[in-house]
Amino acid sequence: MIDPLLSVRNLRIELTTRDGVAPVIDDFSFDLFPGEAISFVGESGCGKSMTALGIMGLLPEGVGKIASGSINLSGEDLSMASDKRMRSIRGNEISMIFQEPMTSLNPIYTIGEQIAEVLRAHQGLSHKAAWVKAIELLDAVRIPNPQSRISDYPFQMSGGQRQRVMIAIALACEPKILIADEPTTALDVTVQAQIFDLLNDLRKKTGTAIILITHDMGAVAEMAERMIVMYAGRKAEEGPVQQVIDNACHPYTKGLISCVPHIHDILTSERQTLQEVPGIVPSLRDFGKDKCLFASRCYNVSKKCKNERPPETDNLNSQRVACWHAEGL
Amino acid sequence: MPDQLLKVENLGVRFPLKNRSIFGKKTYLYAVDNISFEINRGETLAIVGESGSGKTTAALAAARLVNAYTGKVTLENINLLEIQKEALRQARTKIQFIFQDPYSSLNPRLRAEEIVKEPLNSLTNFSASKKQTLVNELFKAVGLRPEQQRLFPHQFSGGQRQRIGVARALATQPDLIICDEPVSALDVAVQAQILNLLRKLQEEFGLTYLFISHDLGVVQHMCDQIAVMYMGKIVEYADRLSLFNSPLHPYTSALLSAIPSIDKTRRENTKRILIPGDPPDPINPPIGCRFANRCPVATEICNQKEPELIEIKIGHKVACHLVEKNAESPLANIE
Repeated sequence: MIDPLLSVRNLRIELTTRDGVAPVIDDFSFDLFPGEAISFVGESGCGKSMTALGIMGLLPEGVGKIASGSINLSGEDLSMASDKRMRSIRGNEISMIFQEPMTSLNPIYTIGEQIAEVLRAHQGLSHKAAWVKAIELLDAVRIPNPQSRISDYPFQMSGGQRQRVMIAIALACEPKILIADEPTTALDVTVQAQIFDLLNDLRKKTGTAIILITHDMGAVAEMAERMIVMYAGRKAEEGPVQQVIDNACHPYTKGLISCVPHIHDILTSERQTLQEVPGIVPSLRDFGKDKCLFASRCYNVSKKCKNERPPETDNLNSQRVACWHAEGL
Repeated sequence: MPDQLLKVENLGVRFPLKNRSIFGKKTYLYAVDNISFEINRGETLAIVGESGSGKTTAALAAARLVNAYTGKVTLENINLLEIQKEALRQARTKIQFIFQDPYSSLNPRLRAEEIVKEPLNSLTNFSASKKQTLVNELFKAVGLRPEQQRLFPHQFSGGQRQRIGVARALATQPDLIICDEPVSALDVAVQAQILNLLRKLQEEFGLTYLFISHDLGVVQHMCDQIAVMYMGKIVEYADRLSLFNSPLHPYTSALLSAIPSIDKTRRENTKRILIPGDPPDPINPPIGCRFANRCPVATEICNQKEPELIEIKIGHKVACHLVEKNAESPLANIE
């Protein structure tokens, strides 16, 4: 049995709002093994990005904080780590890329300066060595003609190229974990295919574990080995990707899969019916209540769902689910 | 014989560029370059393409929301590009728009009922009571409760706002509704609500849709005919089954193969055709085929001569020299 690289236990992240303190992440646990690719899936407002920011120590200052639980990275609890320690972990151990490659690069520095800055800060390279390494990295993320492109400013690049630069920055110090927060949502589908292809290749080469945050089940199926479906700050379901897609046990997972029209191998004249998930994600005020937070949108709701939070089932066939009426396990 | 509702012929839209050439000649960016399509009553045509391909501009031009510099748009025997004033106002009741972003497309200072009434106020001479009756019916048709009429947009969720947008588009009882990425801004679980609603309304009222989207999954679900655009041109035009099951243009094949799928069989059977790089600069488009520099099978002629959109099989048009020659996908024999 291999030890997990990252082990999150009973994580609770609280956000201070005008209406009081709300647990945006509520008793959330998961493991990430070395070299593995997992995915957090769910609608916006389900806590996917919050979990990532919590791990990175980047929760909005004064508003969000880790209230309890532990984030264990190779024996060190990141929830207790000092700001200084977190600064050296970010980039070196864990890196993150974001949804908007337009806004996450600094418009007034060339991309070479931005890549080299990471190398100088984290690895203590000289200006010259960092510049040479930056060109290598640009080449590794398949930017054509890296020697000349390195002096370009972000506005001179397309969306896909900017996201490649972000990947180059994130992978500059060969981190053990890369968190990709909706990395292709703002990009066209052919560019998305290029980025996925690149991430898969880099993962094979460097052995970096990936946490992919997305709402697209297709992307999950393409990129990840295991998925964690999140709803309102809690885990709804977890398991191997294809197994969960073929045999989803939580009504929310089922909804997420069948609410989008998918392209199958052969298209027939028959059109699949899209299952609607009525309503929307509950407001923060309801987070943390002792009930199933999905109950108001569920087709199979009972009295128990409204009065008690469903516990996570045991690890059956490496799939686990938090539902009082879990089917098919 | 299907009843043709809209016919667009050789439509072109260009935007003047600031920097003139040294001889003071005006230069243009051709956003939509000589495209033609038609839609039968009760059917749905999708225009798909990536950002910058001109799909939205083409739809806007067809509805005369941007000016076309050339071409003909015929709706029920009237050329929309020629009419003026009252005739245009009449024609506008027949084409309505559903926009992508339900946040910015609704006036935040108007109540929901006033938003839905807007097109009735400006395009019809209905009495106040008739307008109110219509609004009541529209709210019911799109699945909103009567008491929600008095609310402002910010009091609705994204999906509900898009329902208001749909109600507004239906208000003048149009023949054609142009849906410009109607679900792209919505959360996944909410998309199904709007797509199902659009399908239901189409059946109920016999609506015709021009559907603009980059999401081929959604397109496959909603459409009968599909036009694929690349850099202002239609490169492939076919019915739903032909396009998805036997695409001919290399760009269409690449586009289809790029979609991540939850279907294991599809993932195993589909070889991903990665197209390198980005589309060329639209200000100076290449002389030959616009896709040639990214095409995995481009030959000499592709860089020299622009291919025309030709009917290769019945109802299946493609603009590609290589398809023209062999009447099959040029990628068919490549490993």
